[in-house]
Amino acid sequence: MVAQSRPILEGSHSAASSMKIKLKVWRQKGPDADGKLVDYTLNDVSPDMSFLEMLDVLNESLIRTGQDPVDFDSDCREGICGSCGIMINGKAHGPLAGTTTCQLHMRTFRSGDEIVVEPWRAEAFPVVRDLVIDRSAFDRIIVAGGFISVNTGAAPDANAVLVPKQNADMAMDAAACIACGACVAQCKNASAALFVGAKVSHLALLPQGNPERSRRAIRMVQQMDAEGFGSCSNEGECEAVCPKGISISNIARMNREFTKASFGGTR
Amino acid sequence: MSESLRNNGRIWVPKNKGDRRPPNAIPEAERDYYLERKYPSFGNLVPRDVASRNAKEVCDDGRGVGDSGLSVYLDFRDDITRLGRDVIEARYGNLFEMYNRITGEDPYAQPMRIYPAVHYTMGGLWVDYQLQSSVPGLFVLGEANFSDHGANRLGASALMQGLADGYFVAPYTVPDYIASTRFTDAPVNHPAFNEAATRVDDNLKHLLGVKGKTTPREFHRRLGHLMWDYVGMARNEVGLKKVLSEIPALRDEFWRDVSVPGSNDYMNQSLEYAGRVADYLEFAEVMALDALERAESCGGHFREESQTPEGEALRDDENFAHVAAWEFTGVGTAPVLHREKLDFENVHPSQRSYK
Repeated sequence: MVAQSRPILEGSHSAASSMKIKLKVWRQKGPDADGKLVDYTLNDVSPDMSFLEMLDVLNESLIRTGQDPVDFDSDCREGICGSCGIMINGKAHGPLAGTTTCQLHMRTFRSGDEIVVEPWRAEAFPVVRDLVIDRSAFDRIIVAGGFISVNTGAAPDANAVLVPKQNADMAMDAAACIACGACVAQCKNASAALFVGAKVSHLALLPQGNPERSRRAIRMVQQMDAEGFGSCSNEGECEAVCPKGISISNIARMNREFTKASFGGTR
Repeated sequence: MSESLRNNGRIWVPKNKGDRRPPNAIPEAERDYYLERKYPSFGNLVPRDVASRNAKEVCDDGRGVGDSGLSVYLDFRDDITRLGRDVIEARYGNLFEMYNRITGEDPYAQPMRIYPAVHYTMGGLWVDYQLQSSVPGLFVLGEANFSDHGANRLGASALMQGLADGYFVAPYTVPDYIASTRFTDAPVNHPAFNEAATRVDDNLKHLLGVKGKTTPREFHRRLGHLMWDYVGMARNEVGLKKVLSEIPALRDEFWRDVSVPGSNDYMNQSLEYAGRVADYLEFAEVMALDALERAESCGGHFREESQTPEGEALRDDENFAHVAAWEFTGVGTAPVLHREKLDFENVHPSQRSYK
């Protein structure tokens, strides 16, 4: 099973005309402050800008006119770090399937469009400021999963541990999760089941992850519940907005792992 | 884009300057597969410094493609025909998709446009064989240290160094340090802590207090242009000396005219960014100084004064078979150079050739 391939998009690179974009951006000074949508208009947006570059341009103009820039998280801007995550017109990471906010380009929109920009909204992801949310609940789930046993010292021979190709592919697909939190943001229950499913699956499918397999499944699921994420009701919005195309079959695998571990007792 | 793409892609530019036809309309006879032409034994798989310099050369020659003229084609047509689209997709599907998202073009149907960019740099923090820095107890693992990358970076280097240091070195050296060191309490009222906290606080207040007119991003951009123009893929003494006067001038201007909004009593991203740019303005200077001091060409460091008659990097092991470790002595004062000699017992450095 290879990761579901996502469409190559039509539409061509355009050196062309600039666009006018109206934005409604969520502004919130701090975790406990009231927030509101504020209107901004940008008159000179290049279709070749990424969505975050467009926000950079907005921020430069805000700083120049003595206003507070819009805070948002980003790091690699190559779609692999998981830092950027914005609700764009009500959809996590915006309208394109399989695409993080940083890889979304303005040519996807039309001149004159109004775009509503909001942070992820979930109890377990409190807003820090503007579009920045605190995703450390995810970190605590990973920490709860703990270590895996690895031999350090002399390097083992290549292929000393055999892994079936199919399992390697499935583990790789699960490992593609960048922990951006789009799954939580889109879910009406704010469930983190897809994220945890991906992380539990990734190691459960590989021999390297086996010694701590039961303990990991139990602890990660318990931590997920403790953080205040909602339950999974199998609607599949998570899979639909996941920029890495993580399949909800990983949720089923997490449930199997958890159930098996519960009967087997934790180690 | 990842360099692995060169395993199946062929790099070319039009033979004629200013050929604006779309790539697929340019007949085979009018394409210059310049890496295959110049380096028949390695072709498109020459090391990254050679591939980068050659891309720069054809673009400087006016044969670059795209709106900016700063790109060359990376063409998968032949291997898609030979191996099938499925094989190419299985190998590079994620990269093709990333390219498609950025450009709006379909790299399965038309060549990618690529150009070398700053990615990682060689070098890093000095460490000893235990991976401990000059600050006792501060171990530096992975690519943050200088130890594994010489004149060129190796493919998948981030993983290689992270794994090597993490699996094979640190598990022995860090516990040894902890086991053999006596630690005393370092509470937050320790004088060193107070001194550091005061220094950071003063620095933040200073940044916020300038209240100038130029944004941190603007300074970052100007510094980037200086580095790109003078400390980029080809360097020379005149340019390096020029940039070594321009970087301190830009740094002075930054501290006179930077505009940082807000305050330091909340998570202020602009303040954070300004702090980084301030760091870059210091670090850029030592990079330029190091490039000036090393008058040989050596992998990614190409000194125009030191090249073979064919325009390839000419090394000078007589004078430069050393690591240059620069000791920080304060902002705006010259760092001290420590030369660590490189000894080669089995494999000896020689002039590279990919012909």
